[in-house]
Amino acid sequence: MSAAHVAVLRFPGTLDHESAARAVQGVGGEPVYTHHEDVALPDGTAAVVIPGGFSYGDHLRPGALASRTPIMAAVRQHAARGGRVLGICNGFQILCEAGMLPGVLRPNASLSFICRQAELEVADDGTAWTGGRREGEVLSIPFKHHDGAWFGDPGHARVVLRYRGENPNGSMDKIAGISNLAGNVMGLMPHPEEAQDPLLGSVDGRVIIAALIA
Amino acid sequence: MSDGPPLHRTLGLTDEEAGRITGLMGREPTDPELVMFSLMWSEHCSYKHSKPLLAGFPTTGPRVVMGPGENAGAVDVGDGLAIVFKVESHNHPSAVEPFEGAATGVGGIVRDIIAVGAKPIALLDSLRFGTLDSRRSRFLFRRAVEGISHYGNCIGIPNVGGEVQFDERYEDSCLVNAMCVGVVAQDRILSCAARGVGNRLVLIGNRTGRDGIGGASVLASAELGDDDAGKRPSVQVGDPFTERKLMDCCLALSEAGLLVALQDLGAAGLTSAASEMASRGEVGLAIDLDRVPLREQGMAPAEVLVSESQERMLAVVEPAKMDAVAAMARRHELDATDIGEVTGTGDLEALWRGEEVVRIPSRYLTDDVPFQDVPRTPAPVPVPIDLAAVPEPADPGAVWLALMGEPNVASKRWVFEQYDQLVGANTMRRPGGDAGVVRIPGTNRAIAVTLDSAEWHTELDPYAGGMASVLEAARNVACTGAVPIAATDCLNFANPEKGSTGWRLAESIRGMADALTAIDTPIVSGNVSLYNESPRGPIYPTPVIGMVGLLDDASTSLGIAFDLPGHAILLIGHGEPRVDASRYLGRCEGLPPRPDPAGDAALFRLLAECARQRLLVSAHDVSEGGLAVALAECCIAGGVGAHAAIPAGRRADEAMFGEGGGRVIASCRVENVAAITALAEGAVGVQQVGTVGGDDVSVDAGGSVARVGLRDLAEVWEGSILRALEAR
Repeated sequence: MSAAHVAVLRFPGTLDHESAARAVQGVGGEPVYTHHEDVALPDGTAAVVIPGGFSYGDHLRPGALASRTPIMAAVRQHAARGGRVLGICNGFQILCEAGMLPGVLRPNASLSFICRQAELEVADDGTAWTGGRREGEVLSIPFKHHDGAWFGDPGHARVVLRYRGENPNGSMDKIAGISNLAGNVMGLMPHPEEAQDPLLGSVDGRVIIAALIA
Repeated sequence: MSDGPPLHRTLGLTDEEAGRITGLMGREPTDPELVMFSLMWSEHCSYKHSKPLLAGFPTTGPRVVMGPGENAGAVDVGDGLAIVFKVESHNHPSAVEPFEGAATGVGGIVRDIIAVGAKPIALLDSLRFGTLDSRRSRFLFRRAVEGISHYGNCIGIPNVGGEVQFDERYEDSCLVNAMCVGVVAQDRILSCAARGVGNRLVLIGNRTGRDGIGGASVLASAELGDDDAGKRPSVQVGDPFTERKLMDCCLALSEAGLLVALQDLGAAGLTSAASEMASRGEVGLAIDLDRVPLREQGMAPAEVLVSESQERMLAVVEPAKMDAVAAMARRHELDATDIGEVTGTGDLEALWRGEEVVRIPSRYLTDDVPFQDVPRTPAPVPVPIDLAAVPEPADPGAVWLALMGEPNVASKRWVFEQYDQLVGANTMRRPGGDAGVVRIPGTNRAIAVTLDSAEWHTELDPYAGGMASVLEAARNVACTGAVPIAATDCLNFANPEKGSTGWRLAESIRGMADALTAIDTPIVSGNVSLYNESPRGPIYPTPVIGMVGLLDDASTSLGIAFDLPGHAILLIGHGEPRVDASRYLGRCEGLPPRPDPAGDAALFRLLAECARQRLLVSAHDVSEGGLAVALAECCIAGGVGAHAAIPAGRRADEAMFGEGGGRVIASCRVENVAAITALAEGAVGVQQVGTVGGDDVSVDAGGSVARVGLRDLAEVWEGSILRALEAR
């Protein structure tokens, strides 16, 4: 049996595609880099990852230009069919800009970029994205962003992850990650692909990546 | 012509140099030619004051794949791979416009690594500003950090370490040094040497504008004065998004074997890049300036030749591969323009509207520089501090807390949290420890990297200070368990023609060279920044060393954090602490103890062997603030207290806070103490000085006890910089 194909999107300025691809491989999936100008996802795509970075150099607004590329129409169709889509950091920003997730990501309250290990609390254990982790369980995953303060109507989403302890970026209700109401499209500011390896300090990101092909 | 001063003087050339140019050329140079000479013969491009001195550095060794002279040095790290690295200054632009100055400093050093065909895997920076009670210094500090953050984060290279220091001597002349480390398959290393008559010269990346005209000569080769606003157009403007595309494109071109040679455009732009490529390849290059894509209209030929517009690379490509190169550039949404060709003449030629405006044998620009010896007026070597004249504190605990909050000692978290430390998912030891540790992608090996300088020591005793800079950097690398394998240097000095600066430069280089030889780490690349001086005085001589160490097994790397209560605390190494020029003394006075490179070499071997055998839990270099501060840092990192008891030496406060020697605070399981002591074989001192545990951190120096709560230490140490910035 061949591994499930996971499309890893690449826009100009995407930075985390290699680590996202490695993380997908690590949980048994097969990553397939997918170019922003492609009009269709690769044949047999089971799920889509939109990795972090600075697509289009954050020109206009983070995620704004990438959300209007040809490949995003294909991602939208994939999601409409119930396929899973995970947006990480800039990927989350792109999903919000594309209207596939509600709300916006505003600049951090400190107005500066912050890179830090975070403790994330599972706020809703009813989606696939946290595997078997129960509500209140904690995942140690780093975040690194300048525009990561989610703001919107939580009633239009499921709040999957919250920052534990101090609110690091001024996000509404300490929200770190949300999914759509159906639960198949997930966006989060922290980087689960960088919490896959004990040598790097944590493996708590595996459940989130594994959910792509679960 | 107007009645103003002759053009060569306006360009910063002396009358003697102008005469030499006419002599070499056998005719009067054209204006564009004179501009090119002025830049290429500037200190910044030619190292005319420093190059004769740099010859003393060890530059060879079994691991050296490529030494100084190329865009960056390369060392063998096994598996057919080389680590490529270099540190470079961007001091003068940062003092004029800190955000763009620091940002383009990052951009420039990254392109040096790309030019070798290497994939960047780590960035570091070494920063120096005036003290934080100065409004201007707070502004420069904030904006320089934001510039590095903006550029480095956006190009996707993890920032894994460095240092920040504050001293009023840097008030007018801040230092911004950036180091980049890359990895490349050894058989894919690119040279900048142009080869193959008839091959095409291709400019890749940004269009050329008027930004950064004359930056190398105007900014970087003279002291800054009070009228610097007029120099602002000399500062370049960075675009990290284009740099990322340029990086991806150049690496893809190299991977596909489409390039003969590659060179970045930095100081002096096209002039410098082309003359280096021609000179190194012993060929000529003919450039058609009309083909250079311009950003603005009406640019003069000299401006096109010396523009320092960022995010540009110059490549030599075989004619048959031009279509493939163009296609690759298009795929990366970049321009790749054929602007000329390799010739057999040895001359650098430039055509402008069909007319030859430049024809200079390229070696005149690169090799016939009028090297100048620097005056070597020794400064008196100071006397050691008379300890009796230093009041002994009644409450060493209060001194300890105050030291932890001193901005030079305090955590630089406010800085490094603004940098993406993790992109690429190979960062094993993040900033905040002794050295950053990054796994070499796709292998089980890792490198440890750091930037350090001992500027106070170098001011007082330059030979010893040069040594101390090397050994401090190497010790930081060794504390991760890595073996130091090679180094790069960025020599930040004042005006070498004034006072004792030339002597300090020469002596510190001699000290660095001796220390590097003793610990068997060659210099493979480097940079010199002189004239860091204002009417109010010179900076401290600041030789910044970038050290790279290798861990054959990434999983054996050590951090600084204490782990479990009950673990033994060891003091490993040699030397007696002294208050001289310590942070505790708070002044650059006295005569710090001379370093012991042989002792350090033995210490490094012991640390590497202990790490390999997994005998240690942590290791941390004792440096600024002395043993007490190092102990507190291990505790804060691990979130656990500790108690240590040490001999009082001459006096308890000196034992706690004095600096000097090669000393490391380590921790291990109690049952490993004997094995570590046995490995040391008496060649390296190993003392068990305490135990990890509790909520307090305490040091007992011969009965005099300092004890502070861990939370108090952590709060002061971690919040100090932000408080200093927000207090005003």
